[in-house]
Parts: sequence; C-alpha cells; structure tokens
Amino acid sequence: MSVEQYLTYIIMPILALSVLLVFIRFFKGPAVVDRVVALDLTISIGVAIIAVYSMIANNSAFLDDAMILALIAFLGTVAFAYYLAVRVKK
Amino acid sequence: MMKEILIILFSSLGALFILVAAIGILRMPDFYLRQSVTVKAATMGAGFILIASAFYFYEFSTTTKALSVIFFLFVTAPVSGHMICRSAYFSGTPLWEDSVLDDLHGKFDAKNEILKSGLEEEIKEKDQ
Repeated sequence: MSVEQYLTYIIMPILALSVLLVFIRFFKGPAVVDRVVALDLTISIGVAIIAVYSMIANNSAFLDDAMILALIAFLGTVAFAYYLAVRVKK
Repeated sequence: MMKEILIILFSSLGALFILVAAIGILRMPDFYLRQSVTVKAATMGAGFILIASAFYFYEFSTTTKALSVIFFLFVTAPVSGHMICRSAYFSGTPLWEDSVLDDLHGKFDAKNEILKSGLEEEIKEKDQ
C-alpha cells in the first residue's frame, strides 16, 4: 500500500466523516453562536482536507489555498462575534 | 522508507484529532465546551496534517508554506475563540446545568455594558 493509497482510502474518509458530524451540529445548533463555531470547525477541517488533497495530487500549489481559507475563517468568526455583540447592545 | 512512515504517522494523528473534535462538537452538552473542542483539537489536527504535507514534498519552499499556515492557525484560533465566547456569554447563552463554576456570574451589567472585576471594594479601601 503506497502513501497515496493510504491517504485516499483511510485519511480522506475519516475527514469526510468529521465534516458530516460537524454539519449535523450546524443544522441542530440551538443558538447562532453554535452555528458560527460549527462553521469555523468546518473550515479548519477544510484546511486539513486541502493539505491531504495536495499530497494525493502531488501538487504543492494547493497549500496557498489552505492559507487563504484559514484567513477567511478567522475574519468570518471575528465579524460574526462583532455583529452579535452589536446586536446584544441594541 | 523513513519519509513514508513519518507521513503516515503524522497524517493518522491529525485525522484522529480531527475526528475527536467532530465527535466532541456533536456530543458536548454546552456551547462553551463545544468551543473549547474546536479551538484545541481541530487546530492540533490540522497542524499535524500540514506537517505531514511538509514531509511529503520535502522542499524548502513547501515547508515554509506549511509552517506559515500552521503559525497562522495557531495565532488566530485563540483570538477568534475568545471573541466568539465573549459575545456568546454577553448575549446570554446558558451554561450546562451541571457546570460547577461561573466566574463572571453577577459581575456583568448587560444594560450598561460594564464588566466588574469583583475587587472594587478592596481597591476603594486601599485608596482611602
């Protein structure tokens, strides 16, 4: 079993299952903040999936996308937190 | 051969951490416990998988790329976690009913947005 096969048939299904579990919380989540956290975790797992895919495809250019996605996750969470705080103030 | 073993080790560890984080966010009873799972376990897992990709390509340019992504994740995850927890507490998200400790209980005035430390009277005594 080569490394690529191991990544394709064992690591990728585990990550896909994790995204599925997080999406259950995303749909259930009783409060808005639960959904924001689920979204944040989805994007963190997305960074990991991009890294694994760059290994499977043997193309290191995908790691740039992982960096941008991490940046967007941070900005999104901070913006959500800011606007939730503003909504509480009113 | 050594490289393959390291890649398999690090990617397995990372996938395990991420799976634990996903199960945790589904099963934890309370928003704050879920938040702690997201910040710690998932960041750790993504970091391990990025280390595995750095070993896979084994070039200077790719290793610095992977390390910068790891650094970025490790710097931003606590900041965003703190901000979302702060606005969640102030917007009145309830704690788990079996929680033992709530340090901020009664110290936050939601109407006037004032957060007290609980040490105001001691400071007044010292000033006098």
